Amino acid sequence: MRAGAWRPPSPFPAPWVGTVLWLALAAFLAWNVWSLQVDPARVARGLSRIGIVFGRAFPPEFGQWSLLVEGVVESLQMATLSTALGVVLGIPIAVMAARNIVPSPVYVTGRGIITLARTFHEIIVAIIFVKAVGFGPFAGMLTLTVNSLGFFSKLLAEQVENIDRGQVEAVRATGAGRGGVLLFAVVPQVLPRIIGLTVYQWDIHLRQSTIIGIVGAGGIGTTLYNSFARYDFDFSLAILLVIVAIVLLGEAVSAVARKHID
Amino acid sequence: MGELGQGSRLMAETFTTWRRFTPAQSALRFAGRLALVVAVAWSAAGMGIRWEFIADSPAQVADLFRRMFPPDWGFTGELVSPLVQTINIATLGTVAAVLLSVPVAFLAARNTTFNRGTYALGRVMMSVSRSVDSLIWALIFTIVVGPGSLAGALALAVRSIGFVSKLFAEGIEEIDRGQVEAVTATGAGRLAVLVFGIVPQIRPVFAGVCIYRWDINIRESTVLGIVGAGGIGFVLNNAILGLEWSRVGLILVVILGVVAVSEALSATVRKRVT
Repeated sequence: MRAGAWRPPSPFPAPWVGTVLWLALAAFLAWNVWSLQVDPARVARGLSRIGIVFGRAFPPEFGQWSLLVEGVVESLQMATLSTALGVVLGIPIAVMAARNIVPSPVYVTGRGIITLARTFHEIIVAIIFVKAVGFGPFAGMLTLTVNSLGFFSKLLAEQVENIDRGQVEAVRATGAGRGGVLLFAVVPQVLPRIIGLTVYQWDIHLRQSTIIGIVGAGGIGTTLYNSFARYDFDFSLAILLVIVAIVLLGEAVSAVARKHID
Repeated sequence: MGELGQGSRLMAETFTTWRRFTPAQSALRFAGRLALVVAVAWSAAGMGIRWEFIADSPAQVADLFRRMFPPDWGFTGELVSPLVQTINIATLGTVAAVLLSVPVAFLAARNTTFNRGTYALGRVMMSVSRSVDSLIWALIFTIVVGPGSLAGALALAVRSIGFVSKLFAEGIEEIDRGQVEAVTATGAGRLAVLVFGIVPQIRPVFAGVCIYRWDINIRESTVLGIVGAGGIGFVLNNAILGLEWSRVGLILVVILGVVAVSEALSATVRKRVT
């Protein structure tokens, strides 16, 4: 190319850096494919079985609807109670984790709790709670509550950090103490977001409640896992359809509610 | 004077008691709150709480942690290969998801889709992919292709399509029409418009989304093994079933490390590209 010719802007400091990065990425992908160690014979056998699996799954079997309803109700209850608990516990933690309104030791503690709650996948948290309080929806509910402390509190803390300082200073100028500032300057600014986040969190918990049953923490996931274990694929498909339906419904409810609030 | 006094008293009664809501609105708000309380109470009633288990739970958890620590460091060597598998699953799952998401995204973006039918098709594919969790996809794929990494990678691929194509589609919908028109005005064909008018605009979004999803998939792939879809989760599940808690402790520490590293990597790269 002619010297000085226009080149599109690039995120890399020099052209060779881009080339090296692309080559590195290609090598990384090649290594991934190479070490996946797929057994072609096993896959071929599996593919030939797809027909059998799907043949058994269709048509979906809604005959055991009482089990299905039980699972859905349990999921709904887990999601609702954990969201409520998550809000009650999550608001103080969010306040603690907002840099602009608390002293730094409190901030570090608040952030620490959030980081700890976010660290492990909900399945791993569920395993620990099942061990602690036994099988069933209560363990699942506690798992989802921990998830709230990581998600709801984190987003709420960010909202609190983004509030308008002017209102805080105005309330402080009237001689209000820390509590007064919190109640009359901070809360009114973040209240709509609290409601929006609560609905969103409920929607997320409903999704998560469909899987933590795999390790015995209750909900529709338990029903689904059992149906797979018994090769009741037609019932599994029915459950899957119901899961997709309730998740989409939950998402729609949450979207409508959030649109009304914002 | 008397007449005026009466008038102002009337005005005071009618207008000065300011209320934010009409009685009907207040009643509705009260009903809403009541419904919320009932829903929470009903949920609590359904938990089947056994108080003796709860009374016992601090002891159980303490016991669990005592057994986990110190972690069984001697087991580290045997974790290398499952860990590599976990990274493989996440990476290949993400690559497959990205390849599959590009067409879905173009269908599900209002400005590039062909008609309402294709738009709806794109949206439905997105919704189904996102509403079924990766663990459930993994259950399905272990039945179809057998237990192992391949099932895990397929599960993550199918699960990620919804997320990736949704963000891709948003990126496509937000492009600057001016650049597209400018390229069209030079006499470029449809393909040239795509390559020189649209692709350069969405490249940073695509790169950011890919890395973000890879990071999420690393996290997800650590647990897929619980249902038999390969990776470190498989070893974790075996250790739990075998009650080898010191190994469980080690595995949790390793998962923590991997997730932290991938998150930091993803954050750094995303900051550079966007």
